[in-house]
Amino acid sequence: MSVPILDVRGLDVVFRTGRGAVHAVDGVDITVAAGEVVGLVGESGSGKSVTLRAILRLLHENAEIGGRVLWRGEDLLAMPAERLRSVRGREIAVVFQEPMSALNPVLPIGLQIDEVMAAHFGRSREMSRAARRARALELLDLVGIASAAERLDQYPHEFSGGMRQRAMIAIALAAEPALLLADEPTTALDVTIQDQILKLLLRLGRELEMALLLVTHDFGVVAETCDRVAVMYAGRLCEVGGVADVFRRPLHAYTAALLGSIPGEGLARSMLTPIPGQPPRIDRPFPGCAFAPRCAYVEPRCHDERPPFTTLAPDHGSACHASARLPERAQ
Amino acid sequence: MRVRQVRAPLVAGLLILAVLLAFAAFPGWIAPYDPIGFDFTALLAPPSWSHPFGTDQFGRDILSRTIASSGIDLQIAIFATVGPLLIGGSIGLFVGYAGGIADAVFGRFADLVVTFPFLVLVIAIVAVLGPGLLNMYIAVACVGWVAYARLMRGEVMVQKASDYVAAARVLGYGTLRIVLRHILPNAARPVLVYLVSDMALAILLGSSLGYLGLGAQPPAAEWGVLIADGKNFLSQAPWIALFPGVVIVLAGLGFSLTGDGLADLLEVRR
Repeated sequence: MSVPILDVRGLDVVFRTGRGAVHAVDGVDITVAAGEVVGLVGESGSGKSVTLRAILRLLHENAEIGGRVLWRGEDLLAMPAERLRSVRGREIAVVFQEPMSALNPVLPIGLQIDEVMAAHFGRSREMSRAARRARALELLDLVGIASAAERLDQYPHEFSGGMRQRAMIAIALAAEPALLLADEPTTALDVTIQDQILKLLLRLGRELEMALLLVTHDFGVVAETCDRVAVMYAGRLCEVGGVADVFRRPLHAYTAALLGSIPGEGLARSMLTPIPGQPPRIDRPFPGCAFAPRCAYVEPRCHDERPPFTTLAPDHGSACHASARLPERAQ
Repeated sequence: MRVRQVRAPLVAGLLILAVLLAFAAFPGWIAPYDPIGFDFTALLAPPSWSHPFGTDQFGRDILSRTIASSGIDLQIAIFATVGPLLIGGSIGLFVGYAGGIADAVFGRFADLVVTFPFLVLVIAIVAVLGPGLLNMYIAVACVGWVAYARLMRGEVMVQKASDYVAAARVLGYGTLRIVLRHILPNAARPVLVYLVSDMALAILLGSSLGYLGLGAQPPAAEWGVLIADGKNFLSQAPWIALFPGVVIVLAGLGFSLTGDGLADLLEVRR
């Protein structure tokens, strides 16, 4: 594996609320290499979106962030605000889940694309107004928006959901970032559009040599798109590995259970295997493995001894006491 | 932007305002008589075809005087609201975005100002500064900014938490750009709607102060001053006070309808 451009080490996020501290992210390590597509998977409330937002320090003031987020060797968490601003948008860009609300309703789309370039290249006169306009046209074309010239002067409410997400992607790409963080970019869209947007992101990643960190709750999406995958549960990292490895031989009981609950492999009308129970509450600390109460492979020590994250195969590791007992999956 | 169906109240309101604006712009062409010309052949004449609103004790035509006054009243509608808008809007924008101590201090100070009845506080300030239009504007600005600041602060706080502001932040935009270009245009709509409604109140306020002799000073005619002039003749010649009063009500209605219509048009929730 090449040297990662993004290296998240021991990321901790604690929200101080009126009802106590909530440990939303607990010691998460993730790396992303240049041009790589990494999936971050977990169910609702597992801390995946918080992780993504913490990387760019986008959390509210009641969040305490610990650990280190190294971007090309520089710690984003310790960086002065002015330097952080030049990384945001320019080197790392974000696409949010809700294309309906992430665009400014009173500005035309073209202006919002233009603004990214004006903010990052405009001051030093690297790009003239005409050059930015031409580039905005090119970007809309690139993300597959037809009759781009007319679309530039339209407002967000004149765009459909899928079109808005494409426009969001165009805005994110405007400054040619090296890493795109995508926070469930397709969740708010219907299935045919989801597929188009994912394919678009992948194609753009390849063409622009841009790394992609894709947060999703959909293992199907991961299987189709990612090189590597990181699985989160209750704010903790369960398993990290190459997608093929993880799908063939999961090393964490939670991953195994998740994979077992996905419809697929061509077996029509076969029963799915759901995971019993509810995710734990993360507003009180638990000593053992967070998944233990719902786990089919649970051992006594799982309840009071937190499994350490162990690398068991090249670039494939997990935090599970039962990893050796998990079955290989039939493909 | 897509043109929405224009509603009747907005049209009615704008029509009233257009007539008032015409009065204010061309009083000499529209008024049938010289507003300060005495006519001793028609003292305290009741409404008739030659004097539709009647005349006062010097034979001055009330209709002409009402038309001639509209300029000052429209001026009041604008200057007594734009000052508070600019001051209050800026303060609201700042504390809404900054939050924290600035917001807490603003909140207590605003509470302090609104503890006093609006009119009483304005009269007190005018009494200190001395009567006159300019001092009236200063007094209204001193008190009226609070409403604008509170409205703006609330809107800014809503917009500040929105996704597109988060998106602007991760695109690496500076605070000034985010506040002025992204938050302000979105937060300004309800404030502008309130501005138009407030103009109705400003005309009433200007008339009240004119009536009390604290606003526009004679010989500058103003609707409140006209009513004050007529109060001594209420039993013999009620039309002197009545017609300027009716015009004040209509002007207020015009601004209110326009404000409501704008709120509908801009989809401002209230």
